[in-house]
Amino acid sequence: MFKIVEKRLLAENIYLLRIYAPRVAQSALPGQFVIVRVDEHGERVPLTIADYDITEGTVTIVIQTIGVSTRKLCVLNEGDCIADFAGPLGNPSEFVNMPAEELKSRRYLFVAGGVGTAPVYPQVKWLYEHGVKADVIIGAKTASMLIFTEEMAKVANLYVATDDGSYGFKGLVTAKIKDLIDNEGKQYDECVAIGPMIMMKFVTMTTKEYNLATTVSLNALMVDGTGMCGACRVSVGGKTLFTCVDGPEFDGHQVDFDEAMRRQSMYRAQETNANEHHNHNCNCYGK
Amino acid sequence: MANKIPRVSVREQEPHVRATNFEEVCYGYNAEEAQLEASRCLNCKNPRCVAACPVNINIPAFIQKVHEGDFAAASAVIAEDSSLPSICGRVCPQETQCEGSCILGIKGEPVAIGKLERFVGDWSLENECKSCSKAPANGHKVAVIGSGPSGLACASDLAKMGYDVTVFEALHKLGGVLVYGIPEFRLPKEKIVAREIDTLKKLGVKFETDVIVGRTITIDALMDDEGFEAVFIGSGAGLPRFMGIEGENLNGVVSANEFLTRANLMHAYDDEYDTPVYVGKKVVVVGGGNVAMDAVRTAKCLGAESIIVYRRSEAELPARREEVHHAKEEGIEFRMLTNPTRVLGNDKGWVVGVSCVEMELGEPDESGRRSPVEKPGSDFVVDCDVVIMALGTSPNPLLKRTTQGLETNRRGCIVTNEEGATSREGIFAGGDAVTGAATVILAMGAGRKAAKAIDEYIKSK
Repeated sequence: MFKIVEKRLLAENIYLLRIYAPRVAQSALPGQFVIVRVDEHGERVPLTIADYDITEGTVTIVIQTIGVSTRKLCVLNEGDCIADFAGPLGNPSEFVNMPAEELKSRRYLFVAGGVGTAPVYPQVKWLYEHGVKADVIIGAKTASMLIFTEEMAKVANLYVATDDGSYGFKGLVTAKIKDLIDNEGKQYDECVAIGPMIMMKFVTMTTKEYNLATTVSLNALMVDGTGMCGACRVSVGGKTLFTCVDGPEFDGHQVDFDEAMRRQSMYRAQETNANEHHNHNCNCYGK
Repeated sequence: MANKIPRVSVREQEPHVRATNFEEVCYGYNAEEAQLEASRCLNCKNPRCVAACPVNINIPAFIQKVHEGDFAAASAVIAEDSSLPSICGRVCPQETQCEGSCILGIKGEPVAIGKLERFVGDWSLENECKSCSKAPANGHKVAVIGSGPSGLACASDLAKMGYDVTVFEALHKLGGVLVYGIPEFRLPKEKIVAREIDTLKKLGVKFETDVIVGRTITIDALMDDEGFEAVFIGSGAGLPRFMGIEGENLNGVVSANEFLTRANLMHAYDDEYDTPVYVGKKVVVVGGGNVAMDAVRTAKCLGAESIIVYRRSEAELPARREEVHHAKEEGIEFRMLTNPTRVLGNDKGWVVGVSCVEMELGEPDESGRRSPVEKPGSDFVVDCDVVIMALGTSPNPLLKRTTQGLETNRRGCIVTNEEGATSREGIFAGGDAVTGAATVILAMGAGRKAAKAIDEYIKSK
């Protein structure tokens, strides 16, 4: 069992959970994910790591309540335990293994969308601790949906874009990318985009125009997360790869996003049913 | 000798009933039936069954004890060579091993060795038989990676020798393929697998779930920081294979591993559990091994019309004969000499059928089986909404990538010597991680062999 040592509401339906999992904390690196199972009946849910602290032995995850499993996780409180917390899984971000000299001169643009902002944070923080201050665009529908802005501002040059202009730049993250490059004369060696599939797809289309190498982190469906099931397969450059063992980060210009989005929806009909079933039978929401 | 008695038939759930539930198909023998069946054994001077058993259980000796009604003694005989009789009695391909070489099988039916082994195993679980003795603790720590058949067998033997054994399991549940792969109707999880594991816990074996060795902790860290003097890798088969044909990433195409893991490990068939499984109305399972049979029968249990598509003929089906027999009884359609060439989808990207081609058998290939050749112009379409690929696995590259100096062959399997020692000192391996996908009994045998080698290695240090 893994204890929740901290729980915070970050925005509507978005929660931060810090979990005591010393073995995972010890080995975690930016870019990796964990598999979380809330209780005996729960799904194995893959979640990208949002932060980790070796001395405290904790790993942070950020969850948006979208299905039964994520909602069951988010009704738990500090002091409660979750059944399973396995990881870190997947390959760390490529820059982790880059020679220090090469890394120092690299110019990074991170593009974070919605709950995908959380996994961007450990990457930007790691780079900052290794002498690289990256540019980060955080995008959200509206100001109240923004997360991790304070933390991010401490370790990066932060730009915020909201669809309705309620905070920062008014418009989509793709427009902000163009704004930075075209109007502010920014130049980058690499873009890292993490967020909803549709956002990552459009970011890669935009960066393609600038010939800017772009890494994306895919949140494919998974069961075991260790390479056994193949549910997370994705077409990259015409080859079928497994997100869990070959990823989760891939060359965004090679990913077949339309297929990835279609595959993500494979169990949507059943999930909708399960949600209704859960709502009818669950007292979690103080009925 | 009372060898005129016909083989005692075993009671089973009715096919039409069991095709709608996940209860075990075969009820097994009761004591009376077991003793009667045991009386058929000729107790041969040169027992061919023993030689045909991958772990050389003294089969005539345990059967004699069953005949005498001394089940505890029978259990002790098996325990000398096998640590998981309730499991092997259920999942071993007896017809190609012990029973396949039984003298009685030449003219009639062989002794039901598998069913007798199962009876003895279950009897000892029921009666908490303490047939195994344990040496005093020797203070040496050994890590076992994976709680499947090879890991459990290795851990069991080492614990009996007095070692301080910790088993690390990547998943949340112990048992490896015994819990994620083999369905409940063939191998009950709580009644059998969990209890076999409890026996190990009573021997003092420690278990840690949710530890992916290679990621959560490396083998080197286990040895250098946590004081394990030797490590046994029993991490299993790994990544599911696909055919590489068009349409394989359509919604509705899954690996047998995924389908079975959802159904078995995650209990997707039970409304109380949150994990979904997509079954559709008609399922095509591609492959002819035990995993294919497990998948097709599970799909049938979940309410789908289910068919097997296999590129060779029935004689080459690698599955256990009993599974093929059961599948047919349950109404599974078998399309032999048929190979998929393309998965067909609708405009939304969901499977609507499989385009197949008829095959004929040509010259024998390297496996000795006649290799199938396409019949030109024989294309046809099988309508379906789910395709399950049961084509075997390729090794998981994780431990190779994270353990320097661990040698693998060109297929990615870990290289070991006869005793299970790898290219790295103190690291041993066995089971599917070494051989590629094989059987429970072979994995168990490899685990036991490695336990012996680990004991010798640590003593010689």
